[in-house]
Amino acid sequence: MSAGEVIPTGLDLGGASQSAPERAATGVQGFWVFLMSDAVIFALLFATYGVMLSRTAGGPTPAAVYKIGPAFIETLILLTSSFTFGMASVTLNDAGPRRRLFGWMSVTLLLGAAFLGMELRDFGAMFSAGAYPTRSGYLSAFFALVPLHGLHVLVGAVWMVVMMVQLRVFGRDAQVMLNIRRLALFWHFLDIVWIAIFSVVYLQGLIR
Amino acid sequence: MTGAVWPAVLGRFDWSSLPFVRAWQDPTVSEIIGAGAAAIVVFAAIGVVALITRYRRWGYLWREWFTSLDHKKIGIMYIVLAFVMLSRALVEAVLMRLQQAAAINTPGFLSPDHFAQLFSTHGSIMIFFMAMPFLTGLINYVMPLQIGSRDVAFPLLNSISLWLTGGAAGLMMVSLVIGRFSTGGWSGYPPYTELAFSPDVGPDYWIWALTLGSIGSTLTGLNFAVTIYKMRCPGMDLMRMPLFVWTSLCASILMIFAMPPLTVATALLALDRYLGFHFFTNDLGGDMMNYANLFWLFGHPEVYILILPAFGVYSEVVSTFSSKGLYGYTSLVWATMAIAVLSFTVWVHHFFTMGQSADINAVFGIATMAIGVPTGVKIYDWVWTMFRGEVRFTVPMLYALAFMMTFVLGGFTGILLAFPPLDYLAHNTLFLVAHFHNMLIPGLLYGMLAGYHYWFPKAFGFRLDEKWGRIAFGCWVVGFYLAFMPLYVLGAAGVARRTQEVFEPAFRPWLYVAGLGALVLLCALASLFVQLWVSIKRRDANRVTAGDPWDGRGLEWSISAPPPEYNFASIPRVSRRDPFYDVKRTGDPYAPPAAYQDIRLPKGSMAGPVIGLAGATTAFGLVWHMWWLAILGLLAVIVAVIARSFARDVEKVIDAAEVERTEAAWLSAVAAATPILREGEMSCANQGLAEIPA
Repeated sequence: MSAGEVIPTGLDLGGASQSAPERAATGVQGFWVFLMSDAVIFALLFATYGVMLSRTAGGPTPAAVYKIGPAFIETLILLTSSFTFGMASVTLNDAGPRRRLFGWMSVTLLLGAAFLGMELRDFGAMFSAGAYPTRSGYLSAFFALVPLHGLHVLVGAVWMVVMMVQLRVFGRDAQVMLNIRRLALFWHFLDIVWIAIFSVVYLQGLIR
Repeated sequence: MTGAVWPAVLGRFDWSSLPFVRAWQDPTVSEIIGAGAAAIVVFAAIGVVALITRYRRWGYLWREWFTSLDHKKIGIMYIVLAFVMLSRALVEAVLMRLQQAAAINTPGFLSPDHFAQLFSTHGSIMIFFMAMPFLTGLINYVMPLQIGSRDVAFPLLNSISLWLTGGAAGLMMVSLVIGRFSTGGWSGYPPYTELAFSPDVGPDYWIWALTLGSIGSTLTGLNFAVTIYKMRCPGMDLMRMPLFVWTSLCASILMIFAMPPLTVATALLALDRYLGFHFFTNDLGGDMMNYANLFWLFGHPEVYILILPAFGVYSEVVSTFSSKGLYGYTSLVWATMAIAVLSFTVWVHHFFTMGQSADINAVFGIATMAIGVPTGVKIYDWVWTMFRGEVRFTVPMLYALAFMMTFVLGGFTGILLAFPPLDYLAHNTLFLVAHFHNMLIPGLLYGMLAGYHYWFPKAFGFRLDEKWGRIAFGCWVVGFYLAFMPLYVLGAAGVARRTQEVFEPAFRPWLYVAGLGALVLLCALASLFVQLWVSIKRRDANRVTAGDPWDGRGLEWSISAPPPEYNFASIPRVSRRDPFYDVKRTGDPYAPPAAYQDIRLPKGSMAGPVIGLAGATTAFGLVWHMWWLAILGLLAVIVAVIARSFARDVEKVIDAAEVERTEAAWLSAVAAATPILREGEMSCANQGLAEIPA
């Protein structure tokens, strides 16, 4: 090193340690790392679910309480919402009016809300069928794993609303763009987790 | 009417939740000690608030420290927290040692319940609120300077992590005054910590303090890892990073992946306790074995989160005070990475006796022994670094030497315990307690103290007092051996850990020696505080403003002490390892840049303190079943996060003229300083400018 040397690119840096694109890249990478940490939480809950699966304590069994039909429709809804968010990401860099971006984000938000509504109805049906979390170790594991995903979707939905408000207030400034990119990562991540839930929880539950 | 209102407001609080009331109703020595501890917390809090108010420092503290996003100030606040918590947990350790020495065929002065709370808080605090804040603070302060950066990647997140940790530590202190703490040990094993056996608030304090702390640590790990990946100055390739940065990176990766298991374990236990789930209960399909797996899936990597940064400190210290480049740098990097990976493959050795098959135990036993190999590589590398070096026995170097000898001893007992048949005999005895203190005191505490002595002059601009440093060092080492070697003997004789009363008179001499050792350790802590006091009083004689008191090697020594807020006036560029050491010998390390530029830095933010306080409030509400308070706290967190996302004016600019003034003042101090040779480092002649021997 030499303390006396100004980096040739110093002017680009403008006194900041990083340029704007570098900052955005750092911001996105940080969110990736967060998602990986969050993935560990889901992984452990899946493992716990696997351990607890046979511990029904004489109560309802997976095959008795899962309804594959609604779960399949929920899967389609969530996958579609990932597609619509993908479309929102495509229009993110468009120079034109923000209408299309708003449109795609609104559709995604509606699909997210529909997913949550259906999931709540499922849980309600399980409760009324005597499948509530305090009944057995197995149901405890189910109600820690699946609603945690739902809670993430809820957070994503609230975040979506905040971003739409910020788009109105700030337009597409660097911070809004960065946070929409992060939200997109979050939303797609939840989709992947749901695929795992659909396979490990619901499909496996069909095996009698 | 009032019968319904008060429980809704106060939850499960009643007057006997206060230790003062308990001591009044039942004035035993044990209760009076509890009330005394609570009184100390209350009076200390009142005293600090009164002093700050008296000297009108609230505004200064709030603006310059609490809301600061400067990684250096955040680092210092972490270390202050670590020292406060170290003091409490060490006093608790002394109480426990004295109790055991006193309670040979008599009940002693502490009730079994009080004793159990003491070992639970001692362990929880030492791990989560002493060790973690200390290493986080050290990394926070040093790592960005070493990689030539102006801050961490996410300064606001850094502040939030600090305040979450601070809030959690505050919750630990509150548990001393309101209610009681868990009696379930630092690992909080169910089913004992389930509602059926521990219906009181204790385990809830434990759950929420750890949960807040672990969320803070996860975010810290994320922040450090991204900082190291993305914020290195030009030319700072991975294999040119100082070893402390490498160990910080590995510890950060471990935090990212190992803290979530703890969050899951405590969250599931909370679901059991609050909503009646059956994860770890004895009935309806609960399985506590799953808790042991989850907890130690965190717990073992945690050991390396604690130890790796200390390894980094030793690498810096040994190299600097031997005036040699690290021997086997590459092997040290690989050994660090190997340890980080292997740390995820050994967790079962914490519960060999819990009934899994012998084959599984064998696999985990072998993996455990395998970790000894990269650790051995490191010891050899440090020894060879000293070989034919110009070794100076400064305080940090003394800690490094004491570490090498003591840690190897602890490693050997670890290899013994890694052998499952032998572990069946030593499991849950004082032998284990001696072993892990033998790893963590040299492997963490000495390392942190070495780092504290080594970088203190950089952070505050003056050296710490040598004499008191040596006294403290002597007490730490002698106290450690006196306190813990007897525990090996007792453990081998079969004394169970966490025993409140001892029924074998033959153990008396060993327990006395261990009790004496604990008192010596208390003297060690007191000496550290005396040292700080003496050093501050004599600071003008020990100034090292020029910034390089130890003929340092890395970028952190190339700037003034204390460093300016922006760290580097111009971002440095490096072309090899030990860049500053090198440029001192080949060029002009203090040549000013051709031109100064405006520097943008993050503005302070109140989001950190608000979120930390709101998080702690939520936790307190949950502990006491004051649901309204918990909901209020949670809403405050959510509102604070969303409100902050609307902030756009988040940067301030330090203009080029001011940078130039600051740098000119420092450079004139450098010009005025008299260079000293290495042998003069520990004298007052040291003004922070190294004379380069021809």
